[in-house]
Amino acid sequence: MTEAPTLNLKIEFGGGLELLFDNKRSHRVALPPPPPSDTQAAPTDINYLIQWMKDNLLRERAELFIENGTVRPGILVLVNDTDWELEGEGEYELKEGDEVVFISTLHGG
Amino acid sequence: MAPRSCALCNDARAILKRPKTGQQICKDCFFKVFETEVHNTITEANLFKPGDRVAIGASGGKDSTVLAYVMKTLNERYHYDLELFLLSIDEGITGYRDDSLETVKRNQEQYDMPLKILSYDELYGWTMDRIVSTIGKKNNCTFCGVFRRQALDRGATALHVDHIVTGHNADDIAETVLMNIMRGDIARLGRCTAICTKGEDTIRRSKPFKYAYEKEIVMYAYFKKLDYFSTECIYSPDAYRGHARAFLKDLEAARPSAIIDIIHSGEAFEVKEEIKATQKVQQTCKRCGYMSSNDLCKACTLLEGLERGMSAAVITDRARRKLEAEGPTPADLRTIPFFHPPTASASPAVEVESTA
Repeated sequence: MTEAPTLNLKIEFGGGLELLFDNKRSHRVALPPPPPSDTQAAPTDINYLIQWMKDNLLRERAELFIENGTVRPGILVLVNDTDWELEGEGEYELKEGDEVVFISTLHGG
Repeated sequence: MAPRSCALCNDARAILKRPKTGQQICKDCFFKVFETEVHNTITEANLFKPGDRVAIGASGGKDSTVLAYVMKTLNERYHYDLELFLLSIDEGITGYRDDSLETVKRNQEQYDMPLKILSYDELYGWTMDRIVSTIGKKNNCTFCGVFRRQALDRGATALHVDHIVTGHNADDIAETVLMNIMRGDIARLGRCTAICTKGEDTIRRSKPFKYAYEKEIVMYAYFKKLDYFSTECIYSPDAYRGHARAFLKDLEAARPSAIIDIIHSGEAFEVKEEIKATQKVQQTCKRCGYMSSNDLCKACTLLEGLERGMSAAVITDRARRKLEAEGPTPADLRTIPFFHPPTASASPAVEVESTA
């Protein structure tokens, strides 16, 4: 089992979600590989990124971002400017240089 | 995953899965279908006629910003021949509305539309900041909602417009259907899905985004890089609506058509005439001339409670009786300027004014 490399990613927030992340809309992060598990290599996918963001990037009110291991309903996710629903959602495997955007739709009109 | 091509043009790479249809479409086709569907909503409901003056209720948020952009686009593309205005209400909430109004001011330049801002302070003599510091956060949404509704009508009258359009989207309407069912509010359930409402003395109001999903509005704003403001109101959110909203989003996650399905359910309810008949007859407020189902309109009642330091009077009957027991309304009470409805056809308001 070869160790997955650290990935450099660009994370952006919109629709008010940035308020949970230090009020910064754009973050560059170095995502370490998931800890090795006994049975198989854990994938470096968006589900893992969401968990990692909760532990390392999120400043407050986690329940407004994450619910049941994924983003809360009403948060839109784009990978390299494409709706993540076309990319396998949380199971999309991240690549070096990917841009992931999270936008809340829950704030007033 | 391999990139997929657009289900509509079979050419460009798909960037969005439409919640309404499940189709995977490219950016250009998305813009086109989104705009065309709003155009179809407008034409099928005959919302406008050439020469209409239309105010866009603009908060600086995503829905009204996209609405202003799309209305301008469609007006030019399909020659609606409308005169468009931006109308904003400044509730006087520091750190929230003052920032969002800066967005509306930029929209005014970006979209080249005249902007009118009407403030609660100007109309009622109270800002929401002062109301909340007086009455606390409980019930403040009641004040804000009643004051905003009347302020929009008055702002629209000052602009001499025929019509107000608001950014209410499909998700908002589905939420309202659910809330009316949960509250057993059958009369409102019967009218909440109407695309256009008009009281006798009020300006037409309609919702061109009635069938537009929130997801698509936000995606549209994102891909068009529209400038909008997104912060939750700093005062207590409407908790009941919040629950309806979370429930709806869960339903949507399980089945994206849920939103449009709920709207269709709301439209399919037929409210019996005897239920409609229990609604009070509309009259004009004896104090300010605005439409009302009682002698005093809700805004005048709320304002009197604030002015006399008895704001609870409008929330409970018991407190209302206490207010009445305190004596008559003082003659020097701050009141709302008298409202002259836009169409003076059957002008009962004028008679009321002369006898008041």
